Amino acid sequence: MHAVRCVAAAVFRESVRDRVFYNLVLFAVLLVGASILIGQLTAGQDVKIIKDLGLAATSVFGLFIAIFVGINLVSKEVDRRSIYPLLAKPVRRSELIFGKFCGLMLTLLVNVMVMTVALYAVLAFLSHGVPLSVQQAWDAPALDPALLKAIALIYLDLAVVTALALFFSSYSSPMLSAVFTLSLYVVGQFNTDLKQFDQIVSSPIAIAIGKAAYYVLPDFSKFDVKLAVVHGLPVTPGYMISTVAYAAAYVAALLLGATVIFSRRDFK
Amino acid sequence: MQAAIRTRNLTKDYQVGFWRPRPYRALDGLSIEVAPGDVFGFLGPNGAGKTTTLKLLMQLVFPTAGDAEILGRPVGDVGVRRRIGYLPENPYFYDHLTAEELLTYYAQLFGMSAPDRRRRVAAMLDRLGVGGERRLQLRKFSKGMLQRVGLAQALLNDPEVIFLDEPMSGLDPLGRRDVRALMLELRDQGRTIFFSSHILSDAEALCNKVAIVAKGRLAGNGRLADFQEFAVHGWELVVSGVSAATLDRVKPRVRRVTPITGDRFAIDLPADAHLEQLLAELTADGAKLVSLNPVRETLEDLFVRRVAAVGDGAREEATHARR
Repeated sequence: MHAVRCVAAAVFRESVRDRVFYNLVLFAVLLVGASILIGQLTAGQDVKIIKDLGLAATSVFGLFIAIFVGINLVSKEVDRRSIYPLLAKPVRRSELIFGKFCGLMLTLLVNVMVMTVALYAVLAFLSHGVPLSVQQAWDAPALDPALLKAIALIYLDLAVVTALALFFSSYSSPMLSAVFTLSLYVVGQFNTDLKQFDQIVSSPIAIAIGKAAYYVLPDFSKFDVKLAVVHGLPVTPGYMISTVAYAAAYVAALLLGATVIFSRRDFK
Repeated sequence: MQAAIRTRNLTKDYQVGFWRPRPYRALDGLSIEVAPGDVFGFLGPNGAGKTTTLKLLMQLVFPTAGDAEILGRPVGDVGVRRRIGYLPENPYFYDHLTAEELLTYYAQLFGMSAPDRRRRVAAMLDRLGVGGERRLQLRKFSKGMLQRVGLAQALLNDPEVIFLDEPMSGLDPLGRRDVRALMLELRDQGRTIFFSSHILSDAEALCNKVAIVAKGRLAGNGRLADFQEFAVHGWELVVSGVSAATLDRVKPRVRRVTPITGDRFAIDLPADAHLEQLLAELTADGAKLVSLNPVRETLEDLFVRRVAAVGDGAREEATHARR
């Protein structure tokens, strides 16, 4: 675990040096700008729209970091041959993969936490001075703790994307890794449809393939509770636990796959 | 005695070609043994298999056949990496880190405590002459400075066995002199050094043992003195104050007499010349001895001949196979 910690800290430091956190400035500008604009255009809907916008931006900005930093975590080391002296140190290849994953997850955690604080700050500002009777008419309170559930699931979504990017980059070029990861992310949004393939087609083979694809491909729709949270609909603890377990299993499988491939790879 | 490095029939094939991949043998049945304390020169022309061998020893690539051990442990043993240092050819590190941060990162991987890290990192950077640039990002380093940082990281953990892939590459004459001095210092401390090079003068100055590889095969291996080509082939005698009559008398017993300046002459003698008798004769006639040197083949001559021999062998094998 010592080597994993060292590698993770190095990834985090590299993210800071590579100005990954500059996206937070853009996020803040987007949120503040939108709140001013929306406050003038809409009546009573501004809190809901800011919640929508804040959660969507947290997800999209995180997605870009997870994919574009994730695909370079390993391939950059290999392309630039900095992996040669690194692997001559007492580090297992599996520790390197796991350390890289943990380092990017730490970067994403800081990113998501700062965005969360910014979102709550803007919501607090917008709801400040609004009469209680008006607030009671909203679907959910402005500073709704349930927002944290949506944000936690966004973070899990990003963990699966990071593991996917790492898996592909363990054997393929950054460009191909980006295409594969992004493609699977898009496909994964509609994965639930594959489960219900039997309602659309009658061929048993097509149904079997659809079902198999459902279980193999990641189901990213599981992590999206933004709409429910914004409209004050409940997200049960049971749902949260099952989604965490799903993400953990999927990440573990991807990291195991990445480790197996990476451990056999020749660095010519 | 346990060997510091041992390879047995180490072989590596790479797949080349995209549509119809076929194996290309980069290393063919390499068996060598390096004793503790040896400075072992691994010599060969470009593409001979030197870097492939080092990558196999570092487990950066995996062998097609054969195996290798370092300090009695298989090369895959992570524990043995605590006891070795490695400088890759044309090393590249992280642009965004400073030299100090890079070495601190590696020191952490070795599990050094914070005070040890600080002390060792500073000592290594100072020793390699880049202490003044410790807080400069590596993207601003020249090739020679990166090579020095590479050497610093290779020695960071005070290794017992040090692997250096073309350590003089990218260094100016001053840098080469420093690295030579460093390697001699390490040798005197009893470290085992395995270094690849195609610069033969470095090997001649530093190594007590060498292996020559060509086209992936071992073309020669042993102590420099053990190579038959290094036996004395003759003598070069330089004398002054010798008379023409004396020279005429000794001429039938020497290969050649070459005037240098004035009354100074270089006399080329065969290996079996009766040196003592000739010297006594010359000095009795008033000649003064200026110098006497054995004539040997240089490592370069040996290298060219061995590499050519492997090339001929490979051609013969290929012809044989075609038949």
